[in-house]
Amino acid sequence: MSRIQAAFEKLKVQQRKALIPFVTAGDPNPQVTVPLMHGLVEAGADVIELGVPFSDPMADGPTIQRASERALKHNVSLRDVLGMVAEFRKQNATTPVVLMGYGNPIEAMGWETFAKRCAEVGVDGVLTVDFPPEESHEAFAHLEAHGLDPIFLLAPTTSDERIAEVAKLARGYVYYVSLKGVTGAGHLDLGAIAEKLPHLRKYISLPIGVGFGIRDAQTALAVARLCDGVVVGSRIVQEVENSNEQDVVANVGKLVKELRVAIDQA
Amino acid sequence: MYNYPDSKGHFGPYGGIYMAETLMPAVEELRRQYEHFRGDPEFKSEFEYELKHYVGRPSPIYHAKRLSEHFGGAQIYLKREDLNHTGAHKINNAIGQALLAKRMGKKRVIAETGAGMHGVATATVAARFGMECVVYMGAEDVQRQAPNVFRMKLLGATVIPVESGSRTLKDACNEAIRDWVTNVETTFYIFGTAAGPHPYPMMVRDFQCVIGNEARVQMPELIGRQPDVVLACVGGGSNAIGMFHPYIDVPNVKLIGVEAGGHGIESGSHAAPLTGNAKVGVLHGNKVYLMQDENGQIIETHSISAGLDYPGVGPEHCLLKDIHRAEYVAINDDEAIAAFDALCRYEGIIPALESSHALAHAMKIAPTMGKDKVLLVNLSGRGDKDMNTVAKIKGITL
Repeated sequence: MSRIQAAFEKLKVQQRKALIPFVTAGDPNPQVTVPLMHGLVEAGADVIELGVPFSDPMADGPTIQRASERALKHNVSLRDVLGMVAEFRKQNATTPVVLMGYGNPIEAMGWETFAKRCAEVGVDGVLTVDFPPEESHEAFAHLEAHGLDPIFLLAPTTSDERIAEVAKLARGYVYYVSLKGVTGAGHLDLGAIAEKLPHLRKYISLPIGVGFGIRDAQTALAVARLCDGVVVGSRIVQEVENSNEQDVVANVGKLVKELRVAIDQA
Repeated sequence: MYNYPDSKGHFGPYGGIYMAETLMPAVEELRRQYEHFRGDPEFKSEFEYELKHYVGRPSPIYHAKRLSEHFGGAQIYLKREDLNHTGAHKINNAIGQALLAKRMGKKRVIAETGAGMHGVATATVAARFGMECVVYMGAEDVQRQAPNVFRMKLLGATVIPVESGSRTLKDACNEAIRDWVTNVETTFYIFGTAAGPHPYPMMVRDFQCVIGNEARVQMPELIGRQPDVVLACVGGGSNAIGMFHPYIDVPNVKLIGVEAGGHGIESGSHAAPLTGNAKVGVLHGNKVYLMQDENGQIIETHSISAGLDYPGVGPEHCLLKDIHRAEYVAINDDEAIAAFDALCRYEGIIPALESSHALAHAMKIAPTMGKDKVLLVNLSGRGDKDMNTVAKIKGITL
């Protein structure tokens, strides 16, 4: 059983919802990332989405763009990010880590090498924002060969046909993007999510995480009631941005704890 | 038989649809609508009407006799896309996409622009068809192409300077894609070059093929045969593919795409992914030769011409390179400027700095060829927009 599957099964038994924070690796500097990941787990994270910095993050809003820029100032590469996961795994054998980013750094490394390295260092899932199912078959065969879970996005605009296609390819969990737009934008529509989730469940048997637009404990709780996991990205990255470097781990930990407490009421 | 792309938008190993899920339905809808209307006689005749009466087509082919004599070799002919309404080939595509947007009921169009010619063309057609228009332009380009920014504003468009990344064309693309993700239901993205996710490379090519289709008829009228060599500059490659595509199946016509060599290929400071043997990668929705570092981060490019200052290139050019149907070379900044000056002085035509790259390569090879040989250069745009850049290079303050 994969770490992601194990994590969701445990949560199911406990009747709790997953808290899935996102941070960009190497933001604000490479030294912070591993302690920050441990801090996220201590504060109650069930799965960590670790962003791989990219020069042209087209699907991200300004907050996560700036996080990528800060990391790239330190030349944080995909190779470095894999190193960070290896370091994290020395003290944590159970919390799933999902790499999230754009395809080109992986293309540059080669999917086969990438998948092999992921398995070696203890990465559990891979979410490539700009690789839809249509272009993913060959690349994702390498992930599958190394026991990695391909994580897919679904959007409010996704057709039933595409939902069914994603249902066939996805492993681990499915990430439902709760609003049209880039990360960190606008406010989500709880009514629309409440309507959409039962529809998605007709096709998807995997746990469904919901993200984009979750900016406070209250929204996190409301969303948690509707799905299996809550993904929080820009709000956490904003906390990293607004903190002095020495306070990043503590400040983000405090925020994640608040989110944890909130969604445990679901 | 050359027949690309396939139904999924692949030109051999290139192209495809590499987009975030949020945009996949929009791209799919665009593909369906375009597939429908490209075969629709009414769409075709409206497009042709606009090209004739609004753009002023066909554009003439001009024999640059004094220039040819000066270089003392092959005869240089110019396809005068600079004479189109708005001053470049970009309007051909903008009209086509605006007609599609109209049929799809979209009231808002967006565009990215580098040199500003595609932005001006989009602002123009938006005014023509009564649509709201937002143009994204790198902050660096807003400065070097100030006259075009003003033109767009006069035409009623909102120009948004993009401050992220290298502040040039690629960053304008990123920002336009972000806008499209957010406003996908109301907005049509008029993409300016033959790149991006399928169907854009095919659709932009189809609209631009009017250039090569006209040339194939005009050259025999002028000289009784087709040219020996056809040249065009390549940034994303829309004017080049529009010129080349109708010639792909014509034997004995050599096709040469001219990329921006910047300070020289060996300097690393250029925008020539094909000539510079860049690795294949994925950006802006397609898989193409792409300038990047060893970690797959897109690197900053350089060219004196904002319209060629882009790290990727359209997927069909990648294929044409691989199958050796077209050859790709690079022309440096200083060579482009020399060609710019030569055309001004010998022919009384001020070319765009982009087109000056194609011209520069023609001037390079003409003297090595006999006087009976014929070079056809796609003069993709006029140089009015480049006055500030050229003046600055010559140390003149306007």
